[in-house]
Amino acid sequence: MTSLRRSGISTPYLLLIPGMGFLFTFFLLPLFNLAQTSTQTPVGGGDTGEYEQSWRFANYIDAFLENKEQFGRSFLYALLATVLALAIAYPLAYTIAFKGGRFKNVLLVLVIAPFFTSFLLRTIAWKQILGEEGLVVPTLRSLHIISESTTLTSSAFAVVMGLTYNFLPFMTLPLYASIDRIDPRTLEASGDLYANGFTTFRRVTLPLSMPGVVAGTLLTFIPAAGDYVNAAILGSPQTKMLGNVIESRYFKIVDYPTAAALSFTLMAAILILVTVYVRKAGTEELV
Amino acid sequence: MNTLSRWLGRNLLRVYAVVAFTYLFIPVAYTFVFSFNDSGKSNLIWKGFTWANWQNPCGAPEVCTALGNSIKIGLLATTFATILGTMIAFAIARHRYKGRSTTNLLIFLPMATPEIVLGASLLSLFLVFQINPGFWPTVIAHVLFCMSFVVVTVKARIASLDPRLEQAAMDLYANERETFRRVTLPLVAPGIAAAALLAFSLSFDDFIITNFNSGTMTTFPKFIYTSAARGIPAQANVIGSAMFFLALAIVIIGQFVSRKRKVS
Repeated sequence: MTSLRRSGISTPYLLLIPGMGFLFTFFLLPLFNLAQTSTQTPVGGGDTGEYEQSWRFANYIDAFLENKEQFGRSFLYALLATVLALAIAYPLAYTIAFKGGRFKNVLLVLVIAPFFTSFLLRTIAWKQILGEEGLVVPTLRSLHIISESTTLTSSAFAVVMGLTYNFLPFMTLPLYASIDRIDPRTLEASGDLYANGFTTFRRVTLPLSMPGVVAGTLLTFIPAAGDYVNAAILGSPQTKMLGNVIESRYFKIVDYPTAAALSFTLMAAILILVTVYVRKAGTEELV
Repeated sequence: MNTLSRWLGRNLLRVYAVVAFTYLFIPVAYTFVFSFNDSGKSNLIWKGFTWANWQNPCGAPEVCTALGNSIKIGLLATTFATILGTMIAFAIARHRYKGRSTTNLLIFLPMATPEIVLGASLLSLFLVFQINPGFWPTVIAHVLFCMSFVVVTVKARIASLDPRLEQAAMDLYANERETFRRVTLPLVAPGIAAAALLAFSLSFDDFIITNFNSGTMTTFPKFIYTSAARGIPAQANVIGSAMFFLALAIVIIGQFVSRKRKVS
């Protein structure tokens, strides 16, 4: 620990105060305020959007019961997208790390490059590619893979596909970072000890890459569970996620208490899931 | 057939990578191709090739105002987030102090909070204090979600430094301030630059938090989202594609420069 400078005691606090003050004012305080909002009730005889603080915790139960379908859908879609993204990204990250050679950096840049075109433009591009006038649907129809009436957009399939696509780089980068750290000699050693390719993967590569798997799945699952853009562009009213409900409660119905209660429930559910998951996966070191 | 299957067996992963990259780039290519569409108002169906959109990228109403707002917000948010985040990163990586795990948690939490919750809670704070959503609330919101990423990136860079370099500077009679300015900071600079680049691209592409806190002001992502219903003008594709090539060029030049530096 020689690198830790033994300067005055106040130095770290001087460095921390501005940033922490910012986080306190614009992160913790708003959350506290949101908690308050979530227990408000409409003012009797007041205008729409007028609420008073009445500490009605039953708002949570009402909000949940009213939207349990969207709740379930958010977590189901996010889970499916996370599993799919992991399945797609793992072999990709593995290939870049072990077969990339001197092109490693170029390939990594290519993984994040799609980011530079706005994700909304890319999501809308998918909508048009998979839409009635795109190339995919007529081809599949003429090959009789899908029926004349089947569409690909406005469906759960399209929403999950959109989520998977949009968060794929978030999955690939941490996976790459931890696979790249694996010493190839450990894999050779496993082979020398008569493990076949599959056993080597299961017993050596995968355990060593677990920090990347955990980080990648979290970076995919958390934003996917709260997303509403993919469902709004690629989905239909039957594929609405919780994010869509929160958004419309805020902007269309001006029902702040329900929106706040739903936001809080979503955040709590995600934090609980994340904690359990991180404990199970056994990697405490996250960031 | 036999040689083909053997070749495939040996190169399966490489073939897979090509397929995966194709998947990643299909919508980018689509956006680029349709930036040349002679589309008129709605850019849904291919109507013919034209250079007109590229010659007049501000041709569609509002599109360049939105782009200008996005760039201004991105630069401001990046500056604040990079300064605040770098300070925190130095505090966490270089000092032992009381409450270290609390600060770590407070940095992690915004990253574990869905954007919609961040956006909604900030909006409700602004509403309580009767601050109208708009330019500065959006900047504040962007600083909030960019800062944690800056801390993580810069912290990793500081942690990877060789402590002997600083010790050597001290041995050569540099005082603490000189060591920091002439040794530590230049060594951490690439990490800070990477963090700033990340912050800018997160800010520039953000829609959800922006939508909650920007009120009537448009940004580039908001422009795309709101015009999606009546058809996005091809100029948006032009700007999206131009940003893609610009960012790619910056990254490639950055790599080239850092490699040259290493050699010399």
